Amino acid sequence: MGSKCRVCKAPAVIDLPRHNANFCAEHFLELCRRQVVKAIEKFDMLDTDDRVLVAVSGGKDSLAVWDILVELGYQADGLYIGLGIGEYSDVSGEYARAFAAERGLHLIEISLRDEYGYDIPTAAKATRRVPCSACGTSKRHLFDKAALDGGYTVLVTGHNLDDEAAVLFGNTLRWDVEYLSRQLPVLPARNGFPKKVKPLVRLTEREMAAWCIVRGIDYLVDECPMALGNKHLAYKAALNEIDATSPGAKAAFYLNFLENMAPLLVGQSAAATDALNTCTSCGAPTTSDLCAFCRTAAKARAHEPVPVELVLSKGRGRR
Amino acid sequence: MKVLLRNPRRELEIDGKRSVNSLLAELGLPRESHLIIRNGTLVPGDAELSGDDVVEIRPVISGGS
Repeated sequence: MGSKCRVCKAPAVIDLPRHNANFCAEHFLELCRRQVVKAIEKFDMLDTDDRVLVAVSGGKDSLAVWDILVELGYQADGLYIGLGIGEYSDVSGEYARAFAAERGLHLIEISLRDEYGYDIPTAAKATRRVPCSACGTSKRHLFDKAALDGGYTVLVTGHNLDDEAAVLFGNTLRWDVEYLSRQLPVLPARNGFPKKVKPLVRLTEREMAAWCIVRGIDYLVDECPMALGNKHLAYKAALNEIDATSPGAKAAFYLNFLENMAPLLVGQSAAATDALNTCTSCGAPTTSDLCAFCRTAAKARAHEPVPVELVLSKGRGRR
Repeated sequence: MKVLLRNPRRELEIDGKRSVNSLLAELGLPRESHLIIRNGTLVPGDAELSGDDVVEIRPVISGGS
């Protein structure tokens, strides 16, 4: 006999060791919705009259958060950025488009190569940084710009509990007070940056994948080829190993940081009070003359286009 | 049973009944980073898998930050 749902005793579809409970499909979805509502309310993430832009990758987290917010009644459009990571980007775009089309939702699309003249493999090669660095710089800038240009009041990303716990783990290993003091699920709008929120911070990756499976959402399961072997994945694996013997430890690490530690770090961020200039090229806020995006874009545009395979074969041994 | 694995995509044929948790342990895959879909439906760790089942072991960890 299989396990039963904690709420209704129907056959369970998922076991959640951190809750020491099993749930049927209906009550699992209810638990997820409740966790999102709790995060939104606790951190004052969204109002019902907000115009929301969801950054969508075609993966489970971004499609799940878009799905949940629409279900909860928020007016939410999607934003997909074509990063030019070979077949991976082609397929991820197809998932994002199919999700939006099936639900009659509006998806804004930006192509890094077509509109900005470069792609992530080329940027990684040209800047001699790990691909995730050029990717993060490009996405953050384009998310901010699209939100502001489109008149959206909030930008939503699909960062989940595992993502945040892994970042916290890395910041803690280095006792990086600057980053620790800024690691919050809400960043208020300021000086040319839109408000940014992470409604999935109370839900794990496993729960988000399960949300998509139960809701029949097709998403890109395969991992980004450029992220393989990165530090973030190693931190996630370490935290999951701890959680296997102490269920709930990963959630407590992150959620108790927000509850107990983050309030002690208020005012500790030097960057939050830095005077910001205006980028001489694009007008975005920056601490120097040229913003990080424009510096990356200029280097990448000056470089011959690099196929993703070339960056992978060079990059793997280095990380 | 037929078992589909990802990253990289591959298929295994495994004989005999066992629970989801036993199958994951046998393959050395952590429970917290995988879900099991049996014949198209999500199942919990103590679900019994039989010889006729088609099982997908879906990794749930993604690397972007």
